[in-house]
Amino acid sequence: MRSLSGTLFHSSVSNRTYFESATNMATSHSRSCLQYLLHLAQDNLDFRLPSPFWCLDGLSEEDVSSVMSRSVCAKSAFELWGHGKTHSELRTSLLSYPSENMSPFMQKDSTYRINVYTFNKTLEFADRIKRIDAMEFLPFEGTVSLKSPQHCFCLLEDYGTDPNNIPEHPNYIYFGRWIADGQRELIRSHSVKNRHFIGNTSMESGLSFIMANHAKVSENDLVFDPFVGTGSLLVACSHFRAYVCGMDIDYNTIHGRGRSSRKDQKWRGPDENIRANLRQYGTEEMYVDVMVSDASKPVWRKAALFDAIITDPPYGIRESTRRTGSHKDVTRSPDVFYAESHVPVSQAYHLSDIFTDLYSEEMVPLHPCLRLISNCEQTLSSHTSRRLITMEKIKNPEELDSLAHLADPCFSPYQGHNAFREKYFSGQNKRCGKEDSKTVVNGE
Amino acid sequence: MKLLTHNMLTSHVKGVTKGYPLLIKQATEVKVNEVDFNPQFVTRMIPKLEWSALVHAAEELGQRQDLPDELVPEYENNEEFLKKVHRVLLEVEVIEGCLRCPESGREFPISRGIPNMLLNEDEV
Repeated sequence: MRSLSGTLFHSSVSNRTYFESATNMATSHSRSCLQYLLHLAQDNLDFRLPSPFWCLDGLSEEDVSSVMSRSVCAKSAFELWGHGKTHSELRTSLLSYPSENMSPFMQKDSTYRINVYTFNKTLEFADRIKRIDAMEFLPFEGTVSLKSPQHCFCLLEDYGTDPNNIPEHPNYIYFGRWIADGQRELIRSHSVKNRHFIGNTSMESGLSFIMANHAKVSENDLVFDPFVGTGSLLVACSHFRAYVCGMDIDYNTIHGRGRSSRKDQKWRGPDENIRANLRQYGTEEMYVDVMVSDASKPVWRKAALFDAIITDPPYGIRESTRRTGSHKDVTRSPDVFYAESHVPVSQAYHLSDIFTDLYSEEMVPLHPCLRLISNCEQTLSSHTSRRLITMEKIKNPEELDSLAHLADPCFSPYQGHNAFREKYFSGQNKRCGKEDSKTVVNGE
Repeated sequence: MKLLTHNMLTSHVKGVTKGYPLLIKQATEVKVNEVDFNPQFVTRMIPKLEWSALVHAAEELGQRQDLPDELVPEYENNEEFLKKVHRVLLEVEVIEGCLRCPESGREFPISRGIPNMLLNEDEV
């Protein structure tokens, strides 16, 4: 039985799972001994365990529903009744599932339907029907209703993840009662393609919801984005009913002026700004303020003001990094959530450069008041990737803490705030440069 | 700029130690919007606020109405009071004006409701 209690996201540092933090948000007083099956979507694979099927126990149905009400990575969740490598094993497994757990959903006056899902394989209609008929050994007493059944049961067949190597028989089979679908529709409904106000670096909708989930953004939170750009992250946070504010050093972006990022439009229209984006999705009520400001020069009074800080700082590629003041100082804000990393391909680099350029865990920004929760890598191209770093505040800062990060060796490879930009573009000349012309919008 | 934000902002001009709260000056355009009343959010924000700074700012804008000098005890259950706080925190908005550092006098403009807190090279 593949029961995966490891991390949903690849995290070489922390044992705490994203799933755990999501269920911490769900209040649950009853832990059943039932098992649940999550079917995960085939995207953001770097953020995920290798298999799209994830079996969980030690949870209640309420927990599962709660997670599904937030997750954009999970397609569906089922109460797992049986499983096996073959249909014969599945049958044995189902026959040993307690009938008292089945009967509430098999009542005489209820309606149901059975769906067959095959992953990485297409089944003929006749084969589907055969499989549905084969499930009739179960004590179904209700009537079949295809249109709006009260209960939905699913037979799921896993044919692996390699579309070029589809086995004749499934690798694994599951049967369960459908509980809930995830929120993947949000990816489409909040697509940057249809958003009123975008920029060159607007975060794609799926990832912005993932980030809001990492930060456990909840109703009535106050959230802040210090590199807000066009407000994509705030859009996602406002969807979860948090109040949002942001700042950016770029006057035109904050005011919604200047050249458009759309290829068929020269100038931005009058209704193109962050507030308008929230209005587009009906969350203008959650808009607090945005301002023009340099995030490295904090303007907030010293107090615990925000419930979460969520941001995508500039990498120095599409938008060059900027700051006010002298170029001599090298400090970096400890609240950075995306840390650059890349593997150089050019042989022009000196060996010592290569060692400092390769990602290592020591490069993750540290702060004594923050505990690292997760570190998820997303590959962008053959030579670059970025990481989503999630940290949790564990204590209030004292005077000395604010200087701690400057002594950290992880800051020495970054000489000047445009170091990554220089390395990225110096490597570009050696390749055809196709990746560079892709916009974030196309990446969805 | 809403007064919730103003309550959290401080002057970061180099050398300034008493930069809070910023004074709201030349508020030539102030709007009062209708924002859904959310008592839970107001209740959560109140402990984070500098109450006297909020009252003073509302007064500067002529929007104080009958907001008391001190926080009302057991405000969590006082819907009337929470509604007053909600109004000054989220509904009153400075569209055109400026924020003045109380110590240095440096002014940060607010235009189209957006404050510009950028300092010049020599002020940093």
